[in-house]
Amino acid sequence: MATATTPTASSRDLQKIVESVVAKQVKPAAELPDLQIGDTLDVHCRIIEGEKERIQIYQGVLIAMRGAGINRMITVRRIVANEGVERIFPLHSPRIAKIDIVRRSDARRAKLFYLRQRVGKSRRLRDQRRGLGREEQTAPAPAAE
Amino acid sequence: MPAAILGRKIGMTRMFTDDGKNIPVTVISAGPCFVTQVKTTETDGYSAVQIAMEDVKARRSTMAVMGHDAKAGVAPKRLHREIRMEDDAEASQYSLGQEIGVAALEGLKFVDVIGTSKGKGFAGTMKRHHFKGLCASHGTERKHRSPGSIGSHGTDRGHGAKIKKGKRMAGQLGNERVTIRSLDLVSIDPENNLLLVKGAVPGPRSGIVFVRTPTRLYKSKARKQAGGE
Repeated sequence: MATATTPTASSRDLQKIVESVVAKQVKPAAELPDLQIGDTLDVHCRIIEGEKERIQIYQGVLIAMRGAGINRMITVRRIVANEGVERIFPLHSPRIAKIDIVRRSDARRAKLFYLRQRVGKSRRLRDQRRGLGREEQTAPAPAAE
Repeated sequence: MPAAILGRKIGMTRMFTDDGKNIPVTVISAGPCFVTQVKTTETDGYSAVQIAMEDVKARRSTMAVMGHDAKAGVAPKRLHREIRMEDDAEASQYSLGQEIGVAALEGLKFVDVIGTSKGKGFAGTMKRHHFKGLCASHGTERKHRSPGSIGSHGTDRGHGAKIKKGKRMAGQLGNERVTIRSLDLVSIDPENNLLLVKGAVPGPRSGIVFVRTPTRLYKSKARKQAGGE
């Protein structure tokens, strides 16, 4: 690490040190599901109320991911009382206990911001397994979207 | 005894604290430093300790510096900084060639970090002093970013058509010594000579920074320190 302190150290060397510092806070890949844009997720958040800690599940559609390493952020959109709500979670935060993939949908782009303009039925995404109809047949959508 | 150390800024990242808080941290690679000179009132008229960091090739150094460092029994160093001491007794606790690592800052809750800010060149008043500029429309032409009036005859200086001293104007921005006081010292890693400090630190990555015991804490930080101990 002594080399990194020289003025000639490349930014890549410096970045390696920065990453090594937080390496143990980054959740190992095995712990995290293989997230894809368009997935409907159950995000299990740890909520601390005074002394007690409980887990709250936030379900919604993954519409964006950004950042790398410990800076990884996921944007999850859901509809609450007919109002769109988006929460941005730091993926590696210890306050996120677990993430489950509820349903996987076809998404043709990396950011699904167009869902913000959608209303009603068109808000739903195509299910990856058997097209749009699938969701209606199986689950009459307690799932938010 | 004021603890201080030289280092280089490595970069910024984020950390999650035990209670799940997400805090921004700057990584500083500090030391190891070596004492290259001990100044006392007898020899120099004041008490101080000079520390140096980073080996430099002999051919890149000068004979004067090499000789100076050789007296302390260390290889020629690139950077030298002086730490002022209260009195000779304090200065004499240090010996020539003594190594100072990040462990010297152990036990501190807060630190001051001194660095040279990134140079922005000659900047206008909007960028340099956050002036608002002039109107975008309403007949304004070619002076949307100008400072406006800078005052007429120097009202506070008697007669004469001179501008008030210290009037904020365009000029060099950045590339100056900046001290950031009372930063939280998040953690120390003596193994890798790393310091983690909460928040931003002046200068570019690889820039030289000087980390020291806080000279005067901000009030809120002082309360925090008093409450915590």
